[in-house]
Amino acid sequence: MRRRNANAVGCDGREMNMTAMTKAAAKTGSATLSIVFVALIGATGLFLAGHAQSATLHDAAHDMRHATGFPCH
Amino acid sequence: MIKRMLAGGIIAGFAAGLLAAVLHFAFVQNLILLGEQYETGALVHFEHQVEAQAATHDHAGDEAVAGHDHGAAGADNTDDFQRNALTVLFTTLIYASYGILLVAGFSLAEHFGRTVSAGEGVLWGLSGFAAFQLAPAMGLPPELPGSVAADLGARQAWWLGTVLATGVGLALLGYGRTALTAALGGALLAAPHAIGAPRLDQFYGIAPPELAAEFAARVLGVGFVVWGALGWLAGRLWSRTPA
Repeated sequence: MRRRNANAVGCDGREMNMTAMTKAAAKTGSATLSIVFVALIGATGLFLAGHAQSATLHDAAHDMRHATGFPCH
Repeated sequence: MIKRMLAGGIIAGFAAGLLAAVLHFAFVQNLILLGEQYETGALVHFEHQVEAQAATHDHAGDEAVAGHDHGAAGADNTDDFQRNALTVLFTTLIYASYGILLVAGFSLAEHFGRTVSAGEGVLWGLSGFAAFQLAPAMGLPPELPGSVAADLGARQAWWLGTVLATGVGLALLGYGRTALTAALGGALLAAPHAIGAPRLDQFYGIAPPELAAEFAARVLGVGFVVWGALGWLAGRLWSRTPA
C-alpha cells in the first residue's frame, strides 16, 4: 500500500522521520520542563524555609537558619 | 521522570536532614543558646570579665556557669521541646529542598549525556556545600545570635547571587569542555567576592568573638559532612532508579 503511494505527497516515508523528530523534540521539551518544574519546587522550599520573613516562619525556622548560614535577622 | 526526581531528592534530603539535626544538637545548638544569652543581656562578656578579674578568677567562672544554668533552667520545657521539634522539622525541610535541587541538577546532567553515580554524587554534594554554604559564608559568616549585620534584604540578595554564581561556576568548571567555559566558571566563582557582601561600617557584635568563631566553624563543618552524605545518597538513589 505504502509502496504504491510512494510518490504521493507526504507518503514517501519522510513523514515517519518527521514524526520521530517531533516526538524527540517534544520529549526534550518535556524533560526540560520537568527539570524546571522540579527545580522550582526545590527553590520554593528553600525560600519558605530559609528566606521568607513572615514572623511565624522566621521564629519556627530560626535556629535552622542560623545553623545553616542563612542571613536571618 | 518528575516522580523519579522528587522521590530521590526528598528521600535523600530527608535522611540528610535527620543527620543534620543530630549534628546540630551535638555541636551547634548549645552555642546558639549561649549566643542568645549575650544577645538578651543575660550574659555580658567584656564588662563581666573586668569586674570578675577585679574580684577573683574562680568567682568569674562560677558566675558564668550560674548565668548559663539560670537561662536553661528558666526556660519552659514545653517551649524547648517545641523549639527543637521545629528545628528538626525545618532542618529536614531545607535539606529536602537541597536534595530536590541537587537531583534536578543530576537530571540536567543526564540530559546532556552525563550519568551521576554515588561517587559523583558526593562531588555534587560538596559542590552544593560550596555553593550554598561555604561561598556565602566568605562574605556573610554564619551569624551567631547576638551578632549584628547589614540590611537583611541586601544580604539575602547577595546570598542568592553568590549561590547562583558559585553553582553555575562550579558546573562550568566540572562539565565545560573548553578553556572559555573554564575561564567563565572561574570568573563566576570570583565575581560575588569581587563585588563584596553588604557590610556595616563598624562592628556592633555583643557576643564574644571566640564564640562566634567557634559557631561559624562548626556550622560549616556540619554542613560539609551533611552535604557529602546528601550527595552520596542522592547519587546512589538516582543511579539505581530506572529512568
